[in-house]
Amino acid sequence: MKYYNKLIFEMSKSGRIGYNLQSKDIPEVSLPKHLQRETKANLPEVSELDVVRHYTNVSQKNFGVENGFYPLGSCTMKYNPKINDELASLSGFANIHPLQPQETLQGLLKIYYELQLMLSEISGLKAYSLNPFAGAHGELAGLMIIKAYHEKNKDFKRNKIIIPDSAHGTNPASASVCGFETIEIKSNPDGTINLEALRSALSDETAGLMLTNPNTAGVFEKDITEISTLVHQAGGLLYYDGANLNALLGKAKPGDMGFDITHINLHKTFSTPHGGGGPGSGPVGVCEKLVDFLPNPIVLKEGQRYVFSEAKNSIGALGLFFGNASVYIRAYVYIMSFGHEHLSDIGPMAVLNANYIKDSLKDVFELPIDGHCLHEFVFDGLKDQSSGVKTLDIAKRLLDYGFHAPTIYFPLIFSQSMMIEPTEVESKETLDEFIHVMRQIVKEAKETPELLKTAPHNTIVRRLDEAKAARHPIVKFKDIV
Amino acid sequence: MHKYLPHTREDIEEMLKITGAKTLDDLFSSIPKNLKMNKPYAIPNQLSDDELTRHMQGLANQNRELIIFRGAGAYDHYTPSVVKSLISRQEFLTSYTPYQPEVAQGTLQYIFEYQSMVCELTGMDVSNASMYDGSTATAEAMFMAYAQTGKSNILVSETVNPRTIDVIKTYAHYRNIKVTIVPMKDGMTDLTSVSKNVEDTMGLIVQSPNYFGVIEDLDGFADIIHQAGGLLIINSEGQALSLIKTPGEYGADIACGDLQSLGLPLSFGGAYLGYLATKMTYVRKMPGRICGVTTDVDGKRAFVLTLQAREQHIRRAKANSNICSNQSLMALAVTIYLSTMGKEGLVKVANESMKGAHYLYHRLLETKKFESVYPQPFFKEFVLKAKFDVAAFEDQCLDQGILGPLLIGDNQLLFAVTEKRTLEEMEQLVELVVSCK
Repeated sequence: MKYYNKLIFEMSKSGRIGYNLQSKDIPEVSLPKHLQRETKANLPEVSELDVVRHYTNVSQKNFGVENGFYPLGSCTMKYNPKINDELASLSGFANIHPLQPQETLQGLLKIYYELQLMLSEISGLKAYSLNPFAGAHGELAGLMIIKAYHEKNKDFKRNKIIIPDSAHGTNPASASVCGFETIEIKSNPDGTINLEALRSALSDETAGLMLTNPNTAGVFEKDITEISTLVHQAGGLLYYDGANLNALLGKAKPGDMGFDITHINLHKTFSTPHGGGGPGSGPVGVCEKLVDFLPNPIVLKEGQRYVFSEAKNSIGALGLFFGNASVYIRAYVYIMSFGHEHLSDIGPMAVLNANYIKDSLKDVFELPIDGHCLHEFVFDGLKDQSSGVKTLDIAKRLLDYGFHAPTIYFPLIFSQSMMIEPTEVESKETLDEFIHVMRQIVKEAKETPELLKTAPHNTIVRRLDEAKAARHPIVKFKDIV
Repeated sequence: MHKYLPHTREDIEEMLKITGAKTLDDLFSSIPKNLKMNKPYAIPNQLSDDELTRHMQGLANQNRELIIFRGAGAYDHYTPSVVKSLISRQEFLTSYTPYQPEVAQGTLQYIFEYQSMVCELTGMDVSNASMYDGSTATAEAMFMAYAQTGKSNILVSETVNPRTIDVIKTYAHYRNIKVTIVPMKDGMTDLTSVSKNVEDTMGLIVQSPNYFGVIEDLDGFADIIHQAGGLLIINSEGQALSLIKTPGEYGADIACGDLQSLGLPLSFGGAYLGYLATKMTYVRKMPGRICGVTTDVDGKRAFVLTLQAREQHIRRAKANSNICSNQSLMALAVTIYLSTMGKEGLVKVANESMKGAHYLYHRLLETKKFESVYPQPFFKEFVLKAKFDVAAFEDQCLDQGILGPLLIGDNQLLFAVTEKRTLEEMEQLVELVVSCK
């Protein structure tokens, strides 16, 4: 395909229009001069077909899940079913104002209520509030709950959150934004919690521990019961980062492990589209003693009616309205399309796929953590590193072969991390193809390392000069012209 | 098995062999026995696609689609068909954050176009790739001011949407920031009160058009706030920016707000998106993704995430914000909407909303059932005080399929009119009012 390089602004021609708007036959109104902007916003002037062609061409510069395998670790890039999109955009959902009276919203409120219950059942937590807009927003909500809980108990010195060094960057960032100090503890070689390090970090200033389980290396915290006991004995709360919940579907519940608070990324485990970086959704769930702290509002059932309700000691509001409603509808449809009969198959299939890739390639890639992984695993670069080929080069070469690259250089506990998460939706044939290409790349690393160090070669653009972009920031069209 | 789970029995057996596990359960040997689920999920039965469709249609039918005269942060504007059609393309819909720029030029390019349009609308230097919504964007603007000034007090005008104020207060509380509400005068932020309280604060958050629909005259605000060492943060909803004096022209340091009014359906409050734009001086305090232009090794123009040293995945506990995912697809919708409406159309549609609102305002006053509350110029929302009993008014409206104005206390009603409201619909509301006692 031809390299398409136009910006919509560069197609603009004065006088061309793309809208069809009639003017009502009522008096015109204009603002007093001193309140008006001086010049019109310089938006493009293009026809409707210009817009359609342009964004169609632009879309083709992207790789999506429907283009091919997208093993981006910790992002759970599964297929986004069409029916979810179709049903979420029914006009009885799309054309509803958020401030309508509750009796005109009973269908939506029922979906909220039932989704809250389903997430509770799946995660083993007592109650959910759907409000948070994304995973990081859910983390923030969860941390606010931790803070509000300790404040309620007048336990004001608890201002430290413990986080393992294998955690997602959002964990420490959320803790800081919530006004906590972060104590980072060093993990065991497999990324699991080092109990000694945890013991020495715990104190009467501990507010809580944030944990991703399975962790970012795809390893289950085998000591979770002891971790939970230690944290609770110290007076802290245990937070579950739900980024990797997909692995546990059908197998285990965070609530049973002693977690007090969770957030769940609906755009990962429950298959709502990632949208190029959002909208996500991060419902926050809590154990019984924290129910009163949930962010407002939550939906309750009173008799046959569904109503908004405010939690007694709520941390407050987290958005203008009630979160990303259009995302909840998709997640609800997704869960209903599996039902109790099949939802439990997701975890095992996702885990099987990850182990299959790992065990098919561990003779040629450095596998720092042996044994069965859960939904994802990490390779620490090539086994034979004599060619100087790095993880970055392998990732770029994969693009040439029509695959998306894995998450690279994360987790930070390995220097050449390549984190692979296939999800349950991929067939054996797709995985075999990926394995074949990875082996081909290993061969190329030995025979023609330059080919990898200069990859990609078949993409519409090749390696980018990122330093240049940062040195001379061009961040809008006006900066170009 | 299931249409989203492709493995056959044979596949599973062959794959298990490679892993060395005898059964699927063996793969989970790392989970202690006592933590394993011992009964199936207590969730509903699986529904077939046909059953699901009927079930969801039934739920959708339990929500009422109304003729909407309510705004307060969510506006019933028309969305051209091209918006939904184009954002449904899987290349946009199913991809994620552009971590591999060579295969994500589509996302990066529209983010760049989106940033360009936000800068045009606001008159600012730099925009990020989007925020969750207008309220969280405003809270993040406060964090920027906090990081920039090191002061822990912020002023917020009383005329800001109370829902936005609630979110600001939530965010502020947990970061030990003190929020002081600046009283209003005649429906506008009172500059005298601002001057009195501005010392030792990180700045002021003000909204225009404000919660009451009034367009604030913010001349002189920037000087007073800057002299005291603070930042001026102006919140505006997207459509209004096509007409009113921009945050940039007022000398604001940060512009923020919600863009739902630019092509996104009401969707019960989400997914919407917030925008955040600032001066280049403060870019390093800005949260979220920023896309920039560069070249590839062959010299081709290309787009890339830039200035990432600000972000959580690099700075971790030292980051000023925890933003990771944003509302990228909604930013695309807005970009397509703004391309479709263009330079002239955007102004036209805003004018259509404004003149409809003024028509209804005068027609309602003519009924003698209302008195005017604020004398200032307004855009598409306005407040009237009812001289009749408003308790039953909402239900009377609903009986006619109308979502009436929002009661904001003291018999005051907040009306909103968009270009979608026809003369017939407005006259229907006027007639209803005439019959109120």
